[in-house]
Amino acid sequence: MSKEIVKFGKSPVFFDSFTRRPGPVKTNMHYCPGCGHGILHKLLAEAIADRGIQEKVMLVAPVGCAVMAYYYFNCGCISVPHGRAPAVGTGIARVAPDKMVISYQGDGDLAAIGFNEFIQAANRGEKMSVFFVNNSNYGMTGGQMAPTTLPGQKTTTTPYGRNVEVDGYPMKVCELLNSLDVPVYIERCALTSTANIQKARKSIGKALDNLRDRKGFSFVELLCACPINLRKSAADMNKFIDEEMTKYYPLGCFRDRSAESESKPLPPPPIHDPETVRSLLYPKKLDIGVAHTFRNESKLFDRELRLKMAGFGGQGILSLGIMLANMAKLRNFNVSWLPSYGPEQRGGSANCSVIVSRNKIGSPIIDSSCDLLIAISQTALDKFKDEVVPGSVLIYDSSTMTLPPLPEGVIICGVNASEIALKLGNAKCANSVLLGALAAVLKKNNILEGGDKADFDKVFNEAVFESFSSKPEVIELNRLAFVEGEKAVNA
Amino acid sequence: MSKKFRVDIAFDQCKGCGRCVIACPKKILKLGEKLNVQGYPAAYQAADGCIGCGGCFYQCPEPGAVTVLEIVED
Ligand SMILES: Cc1ncc(C[n+]2csc(CCOP(=O)(O)OP(=O)(O)O)c2C)c(N)n1
Ligand code: SF4
Ligand code: SF4
Ligand code: SF4
Repeated sequence: MSKEIVKFGKSPVFFDSFTRRPGPVKTNMHYCPGCGHGILHKLLAEAIADRGIQEKVMLVAPVGCAVMAYYYFNCGCISVPHGRAPAVGTGIARVAPDKMVISYQGDGDLAAIGFNEFIQAANRGEKMSVFFVNNSNYGMTGGQMAPTTLPGQKTTTTPYGRNVEVDGYPMKVCELLNSLDVPVYIERCALTSTANIQKARKSIGKALDNLRDRKGFSFVELLCACPINLRKSAADMNKFIDEEMTKYYPLGCFRDRSAESESKPLPPPPIHDPETVRSLLYPKKLDIGVAHTFRNESKLFDRELRLKMAGFGGQGILSLGIMLANMAKLRNFNVSWLPSYGPEQRGGSANCSVIVSRNKIGSPIIDSSCDLLIAISQTALDKFKDEVVPGSVLIYDSSTMTLPPLPEGVIICGVNASEIALKLGNAKCANSVLLGALAAVLKKNNILEGGDKADFDKVFNEAVFESFSSKPEVIELNRLAFVEGEKAVNA
Repeated sequence: MSKKFRVDIAFDQCKGCGRCVIACPKKILKLGEKLNVQGYPAAYQAADGCIGCGGCFYQCPEPGAVTVLEIVED
């Protein structure tokens, strides 16, 4: 009696039957005869099985011949758009850090459309292992030139051979990657002779060890056969890779810091519970406010209001605009807020336009007349003074500015906002001083009518609370500043 | 006694690419004359002498086409 033991056979990481594959054939993969993808799939499946990480692996396969890898691998698989595997992989690695992300990319995919995603993920040291199939062309679409195509190599888009003068030189991805500090492991192998395939097997194993042990970013390039597009027999295909491709793409290890790299600890688990996420994103609101049917009664609000704030960067002009926009929002208006500032974040001029309306807002831009100008630098006032028309309200910081000539009928109010804010102990609350001054002006001139007078203070409080809900002392300071601003105008 | 091996190539899963044939160190694999259901000339073990090296298995791009078996006598 004799029995037979399987020494080498189908990996348990492959599905028994490829039921996800459309059509009648459920035993074979869709790859062409002799395709390197098939060889790599087997090496990967074996390495996953050997490490017992099938349940943990997330295989990300972008557009290219291997985009259907999920037909075959019985592990977590995602198909993603062309070039985006390292970006999607980053998302997975961060949201589900216990998963082991494998990015499986072609050379058109990785070295052309997806090179940025790839190199950035590598530079961030994402916890993923990338397997890079360099078959010297775009396989799936029928053999066009890829960044990896050899000089002189004929493809459907380089019928006379790749001309380096116009098409550039082959991209050496291992070498480029090796210029970054972070990657842990970089090796180039060839899926040609059995000896080379065995070397690749070891490299793939190492990349998966690093993945399992959270060592960092690992990369294995595999020079692969695409016999259909290169129109070569198995023997000629191997010869082309071993003799022609390796001239540009020497095989070997470019970097191996696997042994000395420490396993990175798992980050704290991400929060998935929607209620917790919501409570963190949207802290509880003060229980005041108005019903959604509430409409302010003043005639002022029957038309669109155009409010402009201007000063120099760092003065809080943009947040002043946001505060006003929020106040309007809390009273059921449509609002737009459009900031505009110079290239410099601080010091240069800054302004923002806020439009408040009960109807749809056509454009968020204010470049002619405005209903309100709050100007807190001389340059800003000089720049926008022409937008101030009869009936407009102008509020300016009288502690630092002088008034230019203005048309008749402008309601002008100077308030020494920055001085008051400094007296209150924080220059940042000058915004609220200005809003207090605005409140006083609107009430004094009966621009706000009836209940709207009191409501202005109320909605200011609500908006301050909404903006600073986690900082009670800031809320208090701003309320105080508002009152001081009102007082200053009424004095 | 030295170990004995044989190779089982699933007739209908082979795509006749010839990778196993050129890689076998014992040169005992051949592409068949008959076409399988997929229209490929399936490879087969044409002579004894398999040493169970697994070369053909790793060369083959198909997951289930090649199985290398060890024959164990009781
Ligand atoms: C955004 C986008 N651009 C282009 C395509 C068309 N397309 C499909 S596969 C492919 C080439 C893939 O080549 P490669 O990454 O080398 O993988 P291979 O097919 O050779 O394995 C291209 C350009 C696409 N699907 N999506
Ligand atoms: S086109 Fe090339 S890469 Fe794509 S399956 Fe066929 S041989 Fe493989
Ligand atoms: S196991 Fe080795 S010796 Fe046996 S058929 Fe395959 S390649 Fe040849
Ligand atoms: S390598 Fe596989 S598919 Fe190719 S001829 Fe051999 S058994 Fe058939």
